[in-house]
Amino acid sequence: MGFVGERAAVRRLHERFGLGPRPGELNSRFDQVSAALLGNVTPSGPPPPQLQPEPKAAKDPEQQTAITVWWLDRMAATDSPLVERMTWFWHGHFATSAQKVRGAGLMLAQNETLRRLGLGDFTSLAQAMIVDPAMLIWLDGQKNTAKAANENLGREYMELFTLGVGQYSEQDVREAARALTGWKVDRQTMTASVVARQHDPGSKTVLGTTGPLDAHSLVDLLVSRPASPRFIAQRMWTRFVGRTPPAEDVLVRLVTAYGPNRDLHALVRAIAAEPVFRDEASTVVKQPVDWVVGVMRAFKIRPSELSTADQKKLLAGLRGMGQVPFLPPSVGGWPSGPAWLTTAAGMSRLQVARLLTAKVDGFSVSSLADLLGVDWSDRTRAALSPLERQPRQLAAVAVCAPEYVVSG
Amino acid sequence: MDGLKPVTRRRFLTWSGIAAAGALGVGATQVNWSDLLARASSDPLPPGTGILVVVTLYGGNDGLNTVIPASDSAYQSARPDLAYKPSEVLDLGEGLGLNPGMKGLKGLWDTKKLAIVRGVGYPQPDHSHFRSMAIWQTASPKSPSTTGWLGRWLDASGDDPIRALSVEPVLPPLLAGEKTAGASLPASGLQIPQGALGKAFLALGKPQVGENPDFARAAKSITDLAEAAQALKDAKSHDPDPPTDEERSKGGSAGGRGALGAQLDLVAGLIETGVPSRAYSVSLGGFDTHADERGTQQRLLSELDSALTAFTERINRSNRANDVVTMVYSEFGRRVRANASDGTDHGTAGPAFLLGQRVLGGFHGQQPSLTDLDNGDLKPTTDFRDIYATLLERVLTTDPAQILSEHPGRLDALLTA
Repeated sequence: MGFVGERAAVRRLHERFGLGPRPGELNSRFDQVSAALLGNVTPSGPPPPQLQPEPKAAKDPEQQTAITVWWLDRMAATDSPLVERMTWFWHGHFATSAQKVRGAGLMLAQNETLRRLGLGDFTSLAQAMIVDPAMLIWLDGQKNTAKAANENLGREYMELFTLGVGQYSEQDVREAARALTGWKVDRQTMTASVVARQHDPGSKTVLGTTGPLDAHSLVDLLVSRPASPRFIAQRMWTRFVGRTPPAEDVLVRLVTAYGPNRDLHALVRAIAAEPVFRDEASTVVKQPVDWVVGVMRAFKIRPSELSTADQKKLLAGLRGMGQVPFLPPSVGGWPSGPAWLTTAAGMSRLQVARLLTAKVDGFSVSSLADLLGVDWSDRTRAALSPLERQPRQLAAVAVCAPEYVVSG
Repeated sequence: MDGLKPVTRRRFLTWSGIAAAGALGVGATQVNWSDLLARASSDPLPPGTGILVVVTLYGGNDGLNTVIPASDSAYQSARPDLAYKPSEVLDLGEGLGLNPGMKGLKGLWDTKKLAIVRGVGYPQPDHSHFRSMAIWQTASPKSPSTTGWLGRWLDASGDDPIRALSVEPVLPPLLAGEKTAGASLPASGLQIPQGALGKAFLALGKPQVGENPDFARAAKSITDLAEAAQALKDAKSHDPDPPTDEERSKGGSAGGRGALGAQLDLVAGLIETGVPSRAYSVSLGGFDTHADERGTQQRLLSELDSALTAFTERINRSNRANDVVTMVYSEFGRRVRANASDGTDHGTAGPAFLLGQRVLGGFHGQQPSLTDLDNGDLKPTTDFRDIYATLLERVLTTDPAQILSEHPGRLDALLTA
């Protein structure tokens, strides 16, 4: 296999573990960038918007727009891109949609939990998510009572969040649901708690372990299964390296780094250190949000500084590309790979590109290659050169080039 | 569930959208829109050529509250707060009635243009949305497959540029073949900017020798976009994802789209203009009704009903009335017994609907017993591949053996020959 050069590897670090390079960030050595980017775990960026209380479930498009624009703005502005990258990764992993939660405050609270715990130990993150108020609403956790269990949360928790499909039986699903009975969300205080008379205190058997399992002990049981670290490592690998699964020896190294403390930060660093990360074939099709945020960081554009009308256009464009933060299509999260490269998405991509490059100036075909960290193919160079004297149009088309739509 | 090895995980990762649409990897080509466009005007799909429309209901539609055994005491006692009374359902005979939200389909039933296949499923049902949907879409319950059943049909249709279309922003697995994948169209308009900008954008679509497969596919999508825009310049513009209402969102955690009416409207327009496509994929989401099911599901079934009824009426006025067959399915039905949240958890078999002038209306397949259950779930009576095989043979005029790995079953009485 061939490896990408130093500069492309640095760009990969920024695109995969960060949110795309800002001007000047491609000029350091791989090891330096790796240490700086992967070592910075202190959250930074604009603070979240002040929201109105939402005592009842209600669709409030203004608050929903506010938190979405805020998060995009934070991704565009942050000096700690790994933190926002991981928050975004976990949002796709513990995929929860505002469509059903109907409370921007609850979505924001979950977002802050993901940011706070996303690079810590997986046990704490998994413990927080199983009783996260937005999650409980999303997967009917608060409808799950001792009288008759609701399996939605327990099933998806094992299948999509901790173990992977095939690692448990239908009986385990039913028993896990019993362990999770009794939780209720108070929208006023944005908290969740157990209502004792709705919790099933009896003995349950999940994956061969018997006892009076509750949410806490169920999560401890699930994250300590041998399948769990492999599952988490593979999920990260798909997003950060590519869709060819890691070889067994690689997977073993990743699981070792994760270790008994379930150290997510160590796992992330181990992935970046794998030689396959620099393999030419380890391409990743950018998710629409990754692409948009990458463009914004490259051109120093802040969503918060766009007009309200342009913010709406930006969100409409993301919807046209198939990805809006806080609105994953299902609990399985968003797709990856060429599924994003549809005819329909291409149209929206060009529209968003024009919106975001409306005020840029002073770029040439070659300076754009420097800025974005890509090498234009002959095809793309030929396509772009007629626009050499129209820098805005040039920039808009350049970011739609295959070399930039795909993280090569 | 034992014995599911890594390859199954890979399939799961692929089809749940966590990994890639694997079939679209190395060397994959997409629909050639130039051919499509050329043939739409010069050589439209000849009337008399079968067209298949597949409607996927995401989330696991509760079959027992769709085709309802209202007078069965086992039904009433299993879900006392969720059950429909015999007086509420639209009587179909044999002790079954349609959900009261489905008045349009009842009209089609009365004219013998609606077939209901009962108890549809597959052996050893899986209760995961993502795996069960993968099994339906790949038509491969026993062994993993990276291709969808209509994707394999695309592969099998060789160099004949008759194709499959979806109106989703992300390709549904059923249209992914080994060599070819169906095209996706935005239900809203396609307009490529004029002038130098548009020209430069389209020039990005040129193939580049030796290019990485993902780059090549990104380039191809731009070429396809150009040709799609040309082909569909007269197609009506719709918002495919309007803001959703509260009822739908309750069952929305398992994916799928809204605005089925708009999607089917676009499909009807394409069929009328003679675009040489023979398979279409549309979807409706929101059926994962773990809680407060009755209102949510009835509203969704009403949306399904009005979309299908309007589509059928429009097609019946066209010269394609005898060509189009529509199939409606979901990845599974739901548990017979209600849960405590006035909803139902994931189950097994459910009914499938077929509509069209060529459909032989009435019931097909046996209604599963409500008392002889498999761990609380219905026992499937009809394999979904029997339906697929019949559709492949009679509508898409393709030998099902190569698509469905020699699956022998058929439902011969489902369609006229």
